[in-house]
Amino acid sequence: MALNAEESGRLAALLGGHAEQVTQRWTDIVASSLRGRLSHAELRRQVEDLHRAIVGAGEQGAIDLSAEHAAELRAALSELSRGRARQGFSATETTISIFALKDVLADLVQGSATADALHDYVAFSKLVDELGLFTFESFVRTRESLIADQAEQLLELSTPVVKLWEGVVAVPLVGTLDSARAQVVMERLLQTLVDTGSPYAIIDITGVPAVDTQVAQHILKTVVAARLMGADCIISGIRPQIAQTIVALGIEFGDIATKASLADALRHVLRLNGVETARRQPRRDV
Amino acid sequence: MERVPILKIGDILLVSIQLDMSDQTAVQLQEDLAERIVATGCHGVIIDITALDIVDSFVGRMLSTIASISKVLDAETVVVGMRPAVAITLVELGLSLNGIRTALNVERGMELIAAARADELDHQLDDDPDAETATP
Repeated sequence: MALNAEESGRLAALLGGHAEQVTQRWTDIVASSLRGRLSHAELRRQVEDLHRAIVGAGEQGAIDLSAEHAAELRAALSELSRGRARQGFSATETTISIFALKDVLADLVQGSATADALHDYVAFSKLVDELGLFTFESFVRTRESLIADQAEQLLELSTPVVKLWEGVVAVPLVGTLDSARAQVVMERLLQTLVDTGSPYAIIDITGVPAVDTQVAQHILKTVVAARLMGADCIISGIRPQIAQTIVALGIEFGDIATKASLADALRHVLRLNGVETARRQPRRDV
Repeated sequence: MERVPILKIGDILLVSIQLDMSDQTAVQLQEDLAERIVATGCHGVIIDITALDIVDSFVGRMLSTIASISKVLDAETVVVGMRPAVAITLVELGLSLNGIRTALNVERGMELIAAARADELDHQLDDDPDAETATP
């Protein structure tokens, strides 16, 4: 796919010779495709960077994206697609910035009208295709790493273990419980039990939108593991629809205590601990 | 051959397992423990497995056997200090330590044994009508 040295030289000469005209036309095409979401000056700077990188690579010999001397070109393309991906542009809007070069080249080659014009144009356009594919690849890579980062952040922020009372900890679960999250929750809860020496844990599932057999399985595993370590778990925050689903699916919680609300669960644990809560005479303003 | 030490604290025997168990050490521990329970008349056994990284079916069975032996000799067994990773592995493997009571640490284990002992004594008093009528 790569250009040979001769073609590269001609491309560099063509682009280098009409620098002002090329960048102007290129910027105009890109600007119209993005409909004013990036300033003209910024686009022009990006296009100039690309233009310089392509001309630079062409002057050094055959343009081959995987070669050593194309590092600058690769960096320019990666930077462009990374920027676009972070700013929330679509894949089409990103790659069109590269494919716009084809239109520019078509104009130039038509103007020169030499014998090899067609042959050159086909070769140039193959190179542009390659550049476009490379841009698309790095665009996707940036987006994937963004998604991975977000998933990790979500995992970190959504599983706190809080202490409710002396010897009682609670895990308020929020969001869908998949295997990875269930594992994190389980480990964190068990570790907290050991660290604080709490014999009671309350798992509150008010924030879990749906309980299917898999989610129930994860919760049951956590409870059994806690029991093996010598702590007791209570499940609370079961909403009416969830209760119906649990029964419909035939999930058995066995002898695990389940309560409708976190307050009920706490009261239950306190009673087991022998703590009595009494209401004092309320204050009256006379 | 290595032996697992058995410490007596008040009415309780404390066994802290610090080494990888082999068939021989397990059998030796069972024999030693049975003898010590009879000799001291203790009513509680605490087995501390804080130092164990791996609890497999072999160790699980050994714990069950010790609990059964102690039960016959009227001593309550509590396994304490199981690590989270060990508990997760046991659950994933589907192993359960049937008939074994567990506690988070030695302190909780002692409380558990004391509570179980108190319950038992209460029941004995309740079951025996003469005990109450005899003392006016």
